[in-house]
Amino acid sequence: MTYTPPFRLARGGRLIDRAFQLPFRFDGRHLRGVQGDTLASALLANGQMLMGRSFKYHRPRGPIASGAEEPNALFGLGQGGRFEPNQRATTTSLVHGMVLGSQNCWPSLDADIGAVNNLLSPMLPAGFYYKTFIHPRPFWKHLFEPIIRRSAGLGRAPKERDPDSYEQAYGFADLVVVGGGISGLTAARDAAGNGQRVIVLEQGPEWGGRTPADHTKGTEAIDALLTDLRGRDNVILRRNCMATGLYDHGYLLAREALADHDPNQGIPRQRLWRIRAGHVITATGALERPLSFACNDVPGVMLASAMRDFISEYGVAPGQRIVVVTNNDDAYRTALTASDAGLDVVAVIDARPGASGELPQAARARNIPVLTGTAIAKVKGSRHVEGVALCDQAGDGTITGGVECDAVAMSGGWSPVVHLWSHCGGKLIWDEGPAMFRPDPKRPPLGADGKGMVTAAGAANGDLLCAGDLELPEAETMPVWVMPQNAPYKLRSKMWLDFQNDVKVSDVELAAREGYASVEHTKRYTTLGMATDQGKVSNINGLAVLSKTLDQPIPATGTTTFRPPYTPLTLATIAADARGEAFQPLRKTPMHDWHQRHDVSWEPVGHWRRPYCYPRGAEDRHAAVNREIMAVREGVGTLDASTLGKIIVKGPDAGRFMDMLYTNMMSNLKPGRCRYGLMCSENGFLMDDGVVARLSDDTWLCHTTTGGAERIHGHMEDWLQCEWWDWQVYTANLTEQYAQIAVAGPKARVLLERLSGNIDLSAEAFPFMSWKEGEIAGIPARIFRISFSGELSYEIAVPASRGLELWQKLHESGHDLNITPYGTEAMHVMRAEKGFIMIGDETDGTIIPQDLGLHWAISKKKADYIGKRAQSRSHMRDGSRWQLVGLESLDDRVLPDGAYAVDEGKNDNGQRKTQGRVTSSYYSPTLNKPIAMGLVRHGPERMGQVLEFPLPSNEVMKARICEPVFFDKEGSRLNG
Amino acid sequence: MLILTCPYCGVQAEESELHPGGEAHLKRIGPDGNDDDFEAYLFARKNPKGVHFERWRHAYGCGKWFLAARDTATLQVYGTYRAQTTQPPQEIIDKIRKSRPDWQPDWSPEKVWSSEKGSAQ
Amino acid sequence: MADALATIARRSEFGMITIRADLERAGDAIAEAAGLPIPQAACITRDGSLSLGWMSPDELLLLLPVAETARTVQALEQALTGEHALVADVSDARAVFDITGPHAGDVIAKLCPADPDALPRDGLRRTRAAQTAVAFWHIGNGFRMIGFRSTADYLDRILNNAATPGSQLAPG
Repeated sequence: MTYTPPFRLARGGRLIDRAFQLPFRFDGRHLRGVQGDTLASALLANGQMLMGRSFKYHRPRGPIASGAEEPNALFGLGQGGRFEPNQRATTTSLVHGMVLGSQNCWPSLDADIGAVNNLLSPMLPAGFYYKTFIHPRPFWKHLFEPIIRRSAGLGRAPKERDPDSYEQAYGFADLVVVGGGISGLTAARDAAGNGQRVIVLEQGPEWGGRTPADHTKGTEAIDALLTDLRGRDNVILRRNCMATGLYDHGYLLAREALADHDPNQGIPRQRLWRIRAGHVITATGALERPLSFACNDVPGVMLASAMRDFISEYGVAPGQRIVVVTNNDDAYRTALTASDAGLDVVAVIDARPGASGELPQAARARNIPVLTGTAIAKVKGSRHVEGVALCDQAGDGTITGGVECDAVAMSGGWSPVVHLWSHCGGKLIWDEGPAMFRPDPKRPPLGADGKGMVTAAGAANGDLLCAGDLELPEAETMPVWVMPQNAPYKLRSKMWLDFQNDVKVSDVELAAREGYASVEHTKRYTTLGMATDQGKVSNINGLAVLSKTLDQPIPATGTTTFRPPYTPLTLATIAADARGEAFQPLRKTPMHDWHQRHDVSWEPVGHWRRPYCYPRGAEDRHAAVNREIMAVREGVGTLDASTLGKIIVKGPDAGRFMDMLYTNMMSNLKPGRCRYGLMCSENGFLMDDGVVARLSDDTWLCHTTTGGAERIHGHMEDWLQCEWWDWQVYTANLTEQYAQIAVAGPKARVLLERLSGNIDLSAEAFPFMSWKEGEIAGIPARIFRISFSGELSYEIAVPASRGLELWQKLHESGHDLNITPYGTEAMHVMRAEKGFIMIGDETDGTIIPQDLGLHWAISKKKADYIGKRAQSRSHMRDGSRWQLVGLESLDDRVLPDGAYAVDEGKNDNGQRKTQGRVTSSYYSPTLNKPIAMGLVRHGPERMGQVLEFPLPSNEVMKARICEPVFFDKEGSRLNG
Repeated sequence: MLILTCPYCGVQAEESELHPGGEAHLKRIGPDGNDDDFEAYLFARKNPKGVHFERWRHAYGCGKWFLAARDTATLQVYGTYRAQTTQPPQEIIDKIRKSRPDWQPDWSPEKVWSSEKGSAQ
Repeated sequence: MADALATIARRSEFGMITIRADLERAGDAIAEAAGLPIPQAACITRDGSLSLGWMSPDELLLLLPVAETARTVQALEQALTGEHALVADVSDARAVFDITGPHAGDVIAKLCPADPDALPRDGLRRTRAAQTAVAFWHIGNGFRMIGFRSTADYLDRILNNAATPGSQLAPG
């Protein structure tokens, strides 16, 4: 037999609207579905049962499920940037004009060359790769792995940028009910009645779960609940919203599909919900299990519940002559549904010795043959079901008969969906009767209050007959893990557990025989449950087979770990809005736009953007930096220093606190004066530096590095709040209140004196390392006479809103002085010429001030400062630490930043020993030669010695140790 | 993702609004301390499975550091309290005891029981 | 095309002053100089063009017409003479946005891990909006949000993205 029309039934289909036809394209063919179809139902309605190829053997695959657990019917959906692999046909609603393509086959789904693997399948058992490709060892990296990698991975990643937008949202509720079936809606109604804020999440587009399909009057019951809930303003009902994972303290992530595969709506495609739930009820239902009989993977064999969904919900016929095979009463509903739809139900094969419940009796009443104690020995057909051979369930597969059919509905019982319960530590118990793991109410996931934060309800709690009055009594399920019971190897090697990954009963048995006794190991060895459905279909059957082989009860084997997400999430949904310009906050100074207009080349510093340099015309960055340096050294330049941290420290105990923060003495700094200071961690290591100004008797202003403002402010508050909480000190981070401009160069004073103002800028009135407050160019300003370039230099702080105004006035007034904006690289080179250290270049979190020759900035008088104790530890004082020196390249080349100076001998790993490294290295246009600084063992005692720096090219560069100050050692330029 | 209530502003903040600061109630060892004490202070951190006292800063809120008593295994939060104390306050101890009757503080108990507010001085 | 969920408007007419002091001891002096009662923890008091927000147990933020800032800084400093306190003009360090319209709360809910529905009418919530620190409180038909000046463009961007027409949070 083959799959024969009519594929779309003449009537029925609760969810479809036949009046609205939807054209779509499948592997280039133009097909039509109707409104309400899923891709799976639409393809079935077009006679397309073959929907995929298995991963390993490329066996033909049809859908076996109708929901989120589907492992076979996966497609590449969409085109270009909207292409998305591995989309489940059973949960993807058909949209007008959709384009889908089959996966894991070449050249086509029908004629797949990879299917040759199927012929080789006896030679490709579990662990085949591990055993075969291990020798010779070097072959793995260069031969085996590249080949295996090429054939691995299901679906192909899209190559273009995703043009859709995504977003996220935070939600808050007393109770979140996951699952919009009858149990979930009932729980929501009860909680809502108690006044709780309730959110109900349903992963699919329809409410009701299985109830409308499985129970007469089911739709009415669901509608009544919905009407009640919709009338309450403390309830939110959210469809198309899949709860993907549950985390600590009731943190629930969910993915809401807003405009999936429908870009025309112009709204975000998906929304990631971050919901904080006071309590969670998991009413997530149960998943039907397959039965393990030979060739249970042939297209046309599907779960009994899926078959009745296709018939009753979508009005499609999975076959014309149907066999139902079961170990429980529920599957008889499929026989009844199919019979009601006018399809021929050839037989119900029931593995149990007897079946006398209401459902089996109803089947018999319609003259459907019920064969008890019977099993399917084998499904006939390769690309489609052609019939089944029958045998005794209690026997060894000896064939007792057979029937022709074109579809098989199987049911091996039901497993509660316990994923969310388990994600956050909820434990399971094995329930022998229905043969299922269900949530153990005594060991729930715990919330912040130490109490259970999750309650399982309905089928998710193991209560399979949860529809109350709608239910009929059902007889007990009989566990059937292998069909027939004593099937020989030949049959067991054709019984599929994991349909996508081609894991069979015989593979799990092999793993157990080879010593994989842990279910987690067996999973990884066989790939059982590692398919995109993550074991939803295969898990329980697989571990039952493993338990049987190990001769231990199922609970002793246990389950693999349930991990989020419940179904796959796209990375775009996780990133949500954080892409493009919203990827991360970009911090801009008040002069940002001016820099942009002047062809700036940016440098990211933390979240800030700082001008690196301003190339002009055909200049490259290097040429621009050199020009900017010479402009400052010969005339005047401006640097946007607004990003420097500016923290106020104020109070009666501020001086005492400053002395703890900095290695040098700050309490004796006079108001009006500035002092360079070093800040260390309690570990003794340098963490920041900058100029401190004393503003008044009880107020200091601390400048920090660009990246350091928030961190250092936090550091201050930490010590004030947690250690010296009785000290009277307040801090305020005023970094963004001010724009700060460094005006540097021999002509800096000339320039500033041209601007109107009330501050005497003369060298006598305004000495180096002092500050003054007043007005300049009509703007209130605080001016610091400090210098990081070695030139005469004023740093001017003005309110941020007036920073651009001052910057522009400086440039307007300094035209004839060749005023030049300079960037961070010019600043870096100039400070290196002067031998000034830079946090992050000369320091890396393991450097103490003593390493950098900064003894002059470490107070000997102070009894204590943060880091002092650590700096007296033995290895901080043992004299063998690398110390700061200058390095002169012996040729004209610039030493590579970070290059290591090698020492005699080799270490235990056979590598050359090292004795130092380059920390800063530049071409100095001022001196017209390369300059560098580095840390060298006993460096300051080794002036004139030559070090060797091997390069990756195997060349060796040489440099001579020298003083780290290369330019204007006397400091004569500071006064202009 | 944890939620902790800031004892200063009463806001129930989620972990992303907070900044973790490691073990609470460390006693600073200054320049006079010996090497062993200093090493213990700076590097030897407790890592218990069970009751733990931690520092957290309400970084995206009021900016204050506070302390939390928490079970590292069950994630139960026994309470949060102000950082200006050298030992957990009695009410926090009582809450821990209520859930974990067998729990013993690892500091000398007479200090705990003798002072109502811990020994904030 | 549907309307945006809310109108996002940057406001530049506010002066802002940070006041750090022992609020129990110096509260009366501050209240008098600021012209507003001291807010309860995590609240904001308002009168006409003035608002006084509680930022931390020892910190307040006064919002006022920008022209009055300098004078008020002086008045506060004078009122706090002899008191351990810190008064600083932070007008230029901040950016202010008004988020108004029927779905203003949705915009907050998309960006902040804080429940806008749970915020009292006089509440002030400091939190983060996506990756940047903010505070927000109720105004007439929406919320006022303050963030930092350097990231104002980022804030403007994420607020407008969150207000994308048709993207309201209520299920359709």
